[in-house]
Amino acid sequence: MIVIVDYGVGNIRNVERAFTKMGMEVIVTRDIELIDQATVIILPGVGAFRDAIQNLRKYDLVDCLKRNAVKGTWIVGICLGMQLLYDKSYEDGDYEGLGLLRGEIVKFDDSELKVPHMGWNQLVKQQEDEIGKDLSENDYVYFVHSYYLVNEDIDSVIFTSSYGVDVPAIIRKNNIIGMQFHPVKSGAVGSIILRNLKELIV
Amino acid sequence: MLSKRIIPCLDVRNGRVVKGTKFTDIRDVDDPVVLAEFYALAGADELVFYDITASSDERNIFLDIVRKTADTIDIPFTIGGGIRSLDDFDRLMKAGADKVSINSAAVSDPQLIKEAALRYGSQCVVLSMDVKKNVEGRWDVYVKGGRENTGMDAIEWAKQGVALGAGEIVLNCIDTDGVKDGYSLDITREISESVRVPVIASGGAGTMEHFYDVLTIGKADAALSASVFHFKEIEIKELKKFLRSKGVEVRT
Repeated sequence: MIVIVDYGVGNIRNVERAFTKMGMEVIVTRDIELIDQATVIILPGVGAFRDAIQNLRKYDLVDCLKRNAVKGTWIVGICLGMQLLYDKSYEDGDYEGLGLLRGEIVKFDDSELKVPHMGWNQLVKQQEDEIGKDLSENDYVYFVHSYYLVNEDIDSVIFTSSYGVDVPAIIRKNNIIGMQFHPVKSGAVGSIILRNLKELIV
Repeated sequence: MLSKRIIPCLDVRNGRVVKGTKFTDIRDVDDPVVLAEFYALAGADELVFYDITASSDERNIFLDIVRKTADTIDIPFTIGGGIRSLDDFDRLMKAGADKVSINSAAVSDPQLIKEAALRYGSQCVVLSMDVKKNVEGRWDVYVKGGRENTGMDAIEWAKQGVALGAGEIVLNCIDTDGVKDGYSLDITREISESVRVPVIASGGAGTMEHFYDVLTIGKADAALSASVFHFKEIEIKELKKFLRSKGVEVRT
């Protein structure tokens, strides 16, 4: 069972629709009992880190997500959902994340760059992984974010994208996958990634 | 590298695309959802829909188009036209819009930019500006579809809008709009250099060189146009090939 966690922020409908289109049945819920039965947990997200983590706490989902990550359930974080997987974010303050992975979320240096990092940017392969199957170096995906991951676990980075710094674009550590861009808004390339995801998780 | 974006714009009235189209080869040329899908497949990086209707009945038709578009295309799209309140934002975001652009309402109530940015994040809030050069050579901000001069300075308003939380600016130059004589390069460049958010140039595209000029000399991050695409004067694939051959980074 694939579950999309509905924790009161973001573009859940778009994510739900994209998975359904790929032939994956999904349930949108914040019900802990249902999430505990899932084989795949999707954590979507658009918005601010503070609101997101507060909502996860409010709905009592933090322990639930941690316990399922340890159990080996697939966890897929998209955009803000990926950022939530890490230790800490400095978005408008100093907020603790889920801490499933080691790293911090920091702001782009806007003295040199336009922020948000908004638009289509190219993927740069760091290592082979099933999630990156059939993707080439020239493929563009759609990003919208002002903060990025400074990763302590370099081995987990599958693709980066260059925007002043090397931005982790796809990460994977065992059963945990994160995407900083929006696969459901990334045209045909996004569909390849969703297909890869489907082959991995179903 | 981050690519420059090419954005077709669809003006929608009473459920149909207006400003004319010349798509004899697709089944229902004036259906905005059909046209949106066509552009998404043709290589558009993003789409903008403007709701140019007034009545509430037509608003509901438009909302339905937003939903259907979100169901159909897999690239981002922005909705503009007649957005007055956070409730309007809410309805459109829930219907599946990725971004919402505000114009006149932002001028009369700048706090709307801030409130929308706090609720949805800056990346969802687009400040759309209609500007026109005055006799002193400075650029004024106009509202109400370009009919009313606010007397506000365009560069100052852009800066203020970004400070309030706008994550992107659409700069539409009234003088060049529909004239097909090229974008206004000087004001586009000035605004692009004055703010740290992406600037989308609008108004004036007639040739592929115009796109090249505004993305290089004008320093725009994206270029928007309606008629050259609707009338098939320029094909997006050809335009991108041209831009790439001139060294402009565009998505393949």
